[in-house]
Amino acid sequence: MIEIKNLWAKIEDKGILKGINLTINKGEVHAIMGPNGSGKSTLAQILAGRETYEVTEGSVTFKGKDLLDMDPEIRAREGIFMAFQYPVEIPGVSCTYFLKSALNGIRDHKGQPPLDAMEFLAMIREKMDLLGIDQNLINRAVNEGFSGGEKKRNEIFQMQVLNPDLAILDETDSGLDIDALKVVASGVTQFKNSEKSVIVVTHYQRLLDYITPDFIHVLYNGRIVKSGGKELAHELEDQGYDRIKNEADSALPVEESIA
Amino acid sequence: MSELLTTEKENETEDIVDAYTKQEYKFGFVTDIEMDTAPPGLSEEIIRFISKKKNEPEFLLDWRLQAYRHWQTMEEPKWPNVNYNAIDYQNIIYYAAPKKKVTLNSLDEVDPELIKTYEKLGIPLAEQKRLTGVAVDAVFDSVSVATTFKAKLEEMGIVFCSFSDAVLNHPDLIKRYLGTVVPYRDNFFASLNSAVFTDGSFCYIPKGVKCPLELSTYFRINTAGTGQFERTLIVADEDSEVSYLEGCTAPMRDENQLHAAVVELIAHKNAKIKYSTVQNWYPGDKNGKGGIYNFVTKRGRCEGENSKISWTQVETGSAITWKYPSVILKGDNSIGEFYSVALTNNMQQADTGTKMVHMGKNTRSNIVSKGISAGKGQNSYRGLVKVLKNASNARNYTQCDSMLLGDRCGAHTFPYIEVANTKSQVEHEASTSKIGEDQIFYCQQRGISPEDAVSMIVNGFCKEVFKELPMEFAVEAKKLLEVSLEGSVG
Ligand SMILES: Nc1ncnc2c1ncn2[C@@H]1O[C@H](COP(=O)(O)OP(=O)(O)O)[C@@H](O)[C@H]1O
Ligand SMILES: [Mg+2]
Repeated sequence: MIEIKNLWAKIEDKGILKGINLTINKGEVHAIMGPNGSGKSTLAQILAGRETYEVTEGSVTFKGKDLLDMDPEIRAREGIFMAFQYPVEIPGVSCTYFLKSALNGIRDHKGQPPLDAMEFLAMIREKMDLLGIDQNLINRAVNEGFSGGEKKRNEIFQMQVLNPDLAILDETDSGLDIDALKVVASGVTQFKNSEKSVIVVTHYQRLLDYITPDFIHVLYNGRIVKSGGKELAHELEDQGYDRIKNEADSALPVEESIA
Repeated sequence: MSELLTTEKENETEDIVDAYTKQEYKFGFVTDIEMDTAPPGLSEEIIRFISKKKNEPEFLLDWRLQAYRHWQTMEEPKWPNVNYNAIDYQNIIYYAAPKKKVTLNSLDEVDPELIKTYEKLGIPLAEQKRLTGVAVDAVFDSVSVATTFKAKLEEMGIVFCSFSDAVLNHPDLIKRYLGTVVPYRDNFFASLNSAVFTDGSFCYIPKGVKCPLELSTYFRINTAGTGQFERTLIVADEDSEVSYLEGCTAPMRDENQLHAAVVELIAHKNAKIKYSTVQNWYPGDKNGKGGIYNFVTKRGRCEGENSKISWTQVETGSAITWKYPSVILKGDNSIGEFYSVALTNNMQQADTGTKMVHMGKNTRSNIVSKGISAGKGQNSYRGLVKVLKNASNARNYTQCDSMLLGDRCGAHTFPYIEVANTKSQVEHEASTSKIGEDQIFYCQQRGISPEDAVSMIVNGFCKEVFKELPMEFAVEAKKLLEVSLEGSVG
């Protein structure tokens, strides 16, 4: 599905990603964990095409195509979806209108005819029920005045409607109570199948109790310092990030570990 | 706007006045009543020519001449936050009769750029079809040539016709109301209009009648070099209601064209007037060349108690817009509203806003202004809320939001508040936002192009105003914003 090779990125003059290598196959769920500030969101945003970050080295291939060459909307239409850590408010634009425009943009890219309002509403109905999203919410402006939980559920709802090949969830679990967490997790479980891949970015392991990852990677200081199976989550839970941090720091050249 | 005018008068240059007074006879010509087009220039003779052409009664000619004489003593206002080259008032043609035949025989004759714009707007050239269900009084050049749905309206006693027809058929109404809201002395452009206006629309809704149709006028400028001086007068008698739509699209022009219209609205007791405008005059090219100067005086008076006047405008066109639809709240409990979207792109300049004058008790006014600036566009909101001594319990709420696209454009807010009654309440809220890179990225991440994202965000920003527009107008307004913003991102 996606192959990230030796990816380096910076913002202004600050290096953030320092050689990421990651390959994700169809049907796999990968979790990316790591302490705050380690570069998880940066990686997610770079894959989605955010131009704030400058890729200085490396390549990313998505379904055989050069991802870094594509505009963000093309990436989306090609099948990349990112659930934002901080979903953005768009005052005055209703969720329905927004999502319908997005969906029809993607359909057009795939050579499919646009859905009219009726077809669209029929299609989203089922997904709304699943995620406990009511009509009032989607009649409101995108994310405007939404609670934290509503925002996150809305992201997962959009993911389900847009039906991407690769979903990147950036801290979709943070700020959710346990019930909301379960709803979000079941949304993801419903979504994934042997044709789709998911990257779950999280700071905590509790989401992984509900979404079982095939692989877990620990990102620290812009590098993947440890990879493993789902048992790695429990190891991290028991020991925290400190051991991994210490190991990683001691492996670094001195000047960088001080910085 | 007269207060604003006098308070900010500056640059006492006599040049302009001199120009009119001294050159008056330089262009001496014999006025030939058979002529279809007057020679350029302005003089008493020209005004008499126009009046005669239109078979006007004596009182109207006198009124025009008074206006003209007064205008000669006035100076062009300098206070709006706009810049333009001096207008040569002696180089304007003040009268052009309508062409007998259709101006263009086929689409091939139309500027292809204009056709493209029409297509993007989804407007078939047979615009009247699009307006099925809407009465159209199309103004081609300076004289009305088409009035529809007249019979139906007549049955209800509604008068909806060209201003010229009203002068001939309802001189009593014209005499009674003309200039009562915007006197000929009001301001430079209103005086000029009073002297030389050639046509416009007139509407009278009798007592107790609710007009069943949206009344609509399509203005166009077709003859090169013809200044447009329309005059619109709408009178809603007691307990009546009317919704009036004004929209315009102008073809490409190379020379700046002055457009100085006057609109007067009068709402009697319990009457409601809703006046909606989508203004799309040619804004000039990217460098600001060409484009319409839109210097308009629009004002309504809530004459009777419980009356209501509501202005909704979407301004995307013109090189320069200078326009302050206002309401004088005379009747007790009367309501004035102003909902405005003004967009400036490239070199466009807009200085627009409103004036709410609270005279009666319990009067209320509501102002929602949305200014959008892109390119090097300059957008100013100028609003006056004035509460007179007797206007107890008057309330005003003003919300004034600006949105900037890019960093070469500007938004400016000039609120003027004058309150002489302590039992009144005036609230003003203002915000300026830059269209967020994070908002655009969020849309893009969902598969929406940056262009569509911008128009979506801008339309969302304008929603409070658009929802005041009649349905089909709202659709058109949205498309208009999209087209007007084209090329302003990326
Ligand atoms: N827009 C930005 N401007 C400056 N620094 C940034 C920006 N975004 C991220 N960073 C920095 O990059 C590092 C990684 O941030 P981030 O990717 O958000 O980490 P995580 O998601 O793992 O918490 C942090 O040090 C953060 O301060
Ligand atoms: Mg993060």
